[in-house]
Amino acid sequence: MNNLLTNKYNRGIKMFKYSKKLFAFFAVLSMIFVVACDQQGGKQSKGKSKTLENTKKRGFVRCGVSQGLPGFSNADASGNWTGIDVDVCRAVAAATLGDATKVKFTPLSAKERFTALTSGEIDILARNTTWTLSRDADIGLTFVGVNFYDGQGFMVRKGSGIASTSEFSNGTSVCTNLGTTTELNMRDFFDSRGISYEPVVFEKADEVVAAYDAGRCDTYTTDKSGLAAQRTKLSAPDDHVVLPETISKEPLGPVVRQGDSIWEDIVRWSLNTMIEAEEYGVNSTNADMMKTSNNPAIKRLVGAEGELGAAFGLDNDWNYRIITQVGNYGESYKRNIADTGILPDRGPNELWTKGGILYVPPAR
Amino acid sequence: MNNIIKRFIPQILAILFVVLIFGFLTLNAQTNMDNRGIDFGFGFLSQESSFDVQFSLIEYSGSDSYARAFLVGLLNTLLVSFISIIICTILGVIIGVARLSSNYLIKNSAAWYVEFFRNIPLLLQIFFWYYAALRALPMPEKANAWFGVTYMTVKGYYIPAMVWENLNVFLYCGFAAIISIIVLRNYANKLRDTQGKQIPVLFYSVALLIVLPLLSFLFGGVSLEFEIPELKKLSKISYIYEGGISLPPELIALVLALSLYTSTFVAECVRAGIEGVSKGQKEAAASVGLTPNQVLKLVIMPQALRIIIPPTTNQYLNLTKNSSLAAAIAYPDLVLVFAGTALMQTGKAIEIVSITMLTYLTISLTIAAIMNWYNKKIEIKEK
Repeated sequence: MNNLLTNKYNRGIKMFKYSKKLFAFFAVLSMIFVVACDQQGGKQSKGKSKTLENTKKRGFVRCGVSQGLPGFSNADASGNWTGIDVDVCRAVAAATLGDATKVKFTPLSAKERFTALTSGEIDILARNTTWTLSRDADIGLTFVGVNFYDGQGFMVRKGSGIASTSEFSNGTSVCTNLGTTTELNMRDFFDSRGISYEPVVFEKADEVVAAYDAGRCDTYTTDKSGLAAQRTKLSAPDDHVVLPETISKEPLGPVVRQGDSIWEDIVRWSLNTMIEAEEYGVNSTNADMMKTSNNPAIKRLVGAEGELGAAFGLDNDWNYRIITQVGNYGESYKRNIADTGILPDRGPNELWTKGGILYVPPAR
Repeated sequence: MNNIIKRFIPQILAILFVVLIFGFLTLNAQTNMDNRGIDFGFGFLSQESSFDVQFSLIEYSGSDSYARAFLVGLLNTLLVSFISIIICTILGVIIGVARLSSNYLIKNSAAWYVEFFRNIPLLLQIFFWYYAALRALPMPEKANAWFGVTYMTVKGYYIPAMVWENLNVFLYCGFAAIISIIVLRNYANKLRDTQGKQIPVLFYSVALLIVLPLLSFLFGGVSLEFEIPELKKLSKISYIYEGGISLPPELIALVLALSLYTSTFVAECVRAGIEGVSKGQKEAAASVGLTPNQVLKLVIMPQALRIIIPPTTNQYLNLTKNSSLAAAIAYPDLVLVFAGTALMQTGKAIEIVSITMLTYLTISLTIAAIMNWYNKKIEIKEK
């Protein structure tokens, strides 16, 4: 009995040694396989946009948006998305597919957004995302422009008597969102002033609002447009005030994956078209009349002159469709941000000709 | 020969299958990352993290590295798991024994407790303890003192901090006390086995634990002072406590939810264990003249533990993994700090997620190893 057991045991050991060798052999084999296959790894074909082809085949544009930020991307009770970020995606759909409604919106948390884009789950990320060097250069993303110039601010309770960020004292607790530039700016701000603070970081915006509302934090920090929008969700919005200081630059804009420069150009110029249309006074109601305008720049904008679309592999009416179906930037801003009472004053988001910093390269 | 082939072919195929799957996954990830211009590497770990963390057991600021941020998150995960495991064990044993009580009220309350807490999803319980408690708790300036010196407020539970002098001498004394207790127990066992004498080991052990550290205060130059939290004004309407230690409400809510939830499962394990020991054992033990206490300690518990330990290990593992729900209520655990903020700032999704997964795997395997060792120790030793 005992002997048999030892025998079995010994054989077990032998088998173990044997399979170890085998394992090593197959490990090497698989490495060769991996390396060999890697050589053939697909490269992008020049002159054609894979994303555009796939989008046309699919019949809709895949767009990543926020989980609900009024003014930027917000779904109403019947599931219709509105907002200036949403309008960028609609503009791309109008340009590429001819129908601004052919967009599939994917709500994403701040944490998920870049992975969703780089993994190919979405093709445009229009989710009030700040353009920074490390994001642009590091993680396989390309920012195509700015559709909202924002800055980070603080909201406090009116009763606290705090009227400026210089009045924060040591031990202030700060509620904010996870995975945003906000976390970094906040640290820069408090560190440079030598104030100790307690960051309370939540994954979802609604959770931040609930915690701030319950008194967990003395102040709530995020982009000022976000503060203005979230303030409406508090139990007593009038008891809270956004401090005047802006502690950072937050240029928000749409993002695409690196590696498809034509798709990148389509998204960039869809946004630029909306802004340039406002500059030339072309809007959704007068675009038809503008086709016979005397100004060649305007005629180019509505597809009545030039061959602008050909460079992207689009027809010549792509920009005309954006303007008629989505409208120009001013219309989008008025509809989504001004009329909803979030930020009636356009501030830096006014055209460069009217004292703002909205300036896009000419479409010609 | 034929025999060898029969024996090895399935194994070779199995290995080949696994290797091919891994090869395919690696290849797929590599090609996609190449196409999108994403680099793979762990160099980011030594870069400056440049974000702050709310609550940390070690010194940490934004100028420290991502590796240190990882450590901060890991320690916070371990802290919340450790506290919750201890509380859920104590609660679970009490409730489990209570379910076997002959008292109708105790028995049924315990049963209701178990059914209530184990049948509500854990995430909901975490939200309940966090948001319900947050709304119900007073602002710091209105908080009443508990035990005179601690304050439960919406911003956290403030307790006095201990300020030690010559802490190491105190720790040495405590260590010496534990060693002498072990020696004493071995000696007592030997005395009992050879001469049949019994000495009150428990009494001596407690005495040793109190007297030795006390001596360190008298002769070792050890001193202990308490730093009591004091109210400080931040602005016209907001206050905090300064000094002492602040336990954030996120930690408290998480510990509450995790330990209440898991204690129900532990209670069921304990009940199953005790019920699994046959009645005859108890009667036989009583008939040889053991007192009820001795019956429980020497006969029932050693046998029950064999049944209790393996399923309870599972519960401990579950609790540790469930602690990753912390991210929902802003408790800075491994998932929130490392797989959350750090991942977002670096964009190194594959690296960070695999590090995080490996870390949880290591924690779980360590807990399992400890419990297996304990299980081996109390197993029936057949000679």
